[in-house]
Amino acid sequence: MTKFAAGARVRARSADPDGHTRLPRYARGHVGEVVEVRATWQVPDDAVRGVLRAEPVYAVRFPAAELWGSGSHTVIVDIWESYLEEAP
Amino acid sequence: MSGEHGELPVAARVRRLEERLIAAGLATDAELDDILERVFTSASPVNGARMVARAWKDPGYRDRLLADGNAAAAELGFGAGARGYLLKVLENTPAVHNMIVCTLCSCYPTALLGPSPSWYKSFAYRSRAVREPRAVLAEFGFELPDTTEIRVWDANSESRYLVLPLRAEGADAMDESELASLVTRNGLIGTAIR
Repeated sequence: MTKFAAGARVRARSADPDGHTRLPRYARGHVGEVVEVRATWQVPDDAVRGVLRAEPVYAVRFPAAELWGSGSHTVIVDIWESYLEEAP
Repeated sequence: MSGEHGELPVAARVRRLEERLIAAGLATDAELDDILERVFTSASPVNGARMVARAWKDPGYRDRLLADGNAAAAELGFGAGARGYLLKVLENTPAVHNMIVCTLCSCYPTALLGPSPSWYKSFAYRSRAVREPRAVLAEFGFELPDTTEIRVWDANSESRYLVLPLRAEGADAMDESELASLVTRNGLIGTAIR
C-alpha cells in the first residue's frame, strides 16, 4: 500500500531530525510531484539505530524555482514516505 | 608502494572499521576481499560504455535498458556488479539532458562507471549540481542549448543512475566497439555530451 501515486503533489517535511536522515536539507519544506513509486526500502533514520522498518520510497521531482527561487531545471530525489505530507 | 600506503591514517581508519564490521558479524574478511577485487579488476566505465553502444545499435536492448537497468546490465555480463541497488537508466534527447549527483555522499554504479572521480565526491559538485547545473556543465566545457531541459537526479545507496547519452552521429556506419570507444565516464554521468 502506498500513500501517494505518480502525479501526486507532496511536501517534504521541514523538521530537522537529530540523527541520520536521507531527506536532503535543500528539499525540506518544498513542494514537488511524485514521478514514480520506487520500491519499499528500510527507513535509514531507523536502520542506523538498529530498527528495521520498511516503507515506500518515491522519486519526487522539484522545480529549481521552488527549491532555489530561480532556475529552469528540475531535481529528482528519492524520498521515504514518512518524510512526505500531502500538498494542497 | 603498498608499504607506504599502509602508513596513511586513512588506511588505519579503514582497517579499524573493517575489524569492527567483522567483529560484529556483519562481514567477513573474505567478503571484503571479494568486493575489493571486483572493484579493482572489473569496475570500469568501459562496461557502461558497452551498454550504451548496444542500446544505440539495438532498439530492443535500448527499451530493455530503460525499463530495467539491472536486467539489461546482467544481459551483458555485469549482473554481479549491478546488484544490491536499483539501476535506473536516463536517456538524453535533444529536448532533455540528464545528469547525476549524490548530494548526501557519492553513490553511483561503480561497476559500470569505474571508481568515482574525485570531483564527483567534492562538496562543490555535490552542492552546485542541484543548484546551478548549467553553470557546472559550462565549467566542464559542455554548453547546452537554452531550450534543453536539464534534469538532475540525486542518487542514493538504493537508487543509482547511468545516463544514456545522445546517439553519436554516424552510428549506423560504426560497429559496437567503435561506438563504445566514443563514450566517456563523464558522458555516463551527464557532464559531457557522451
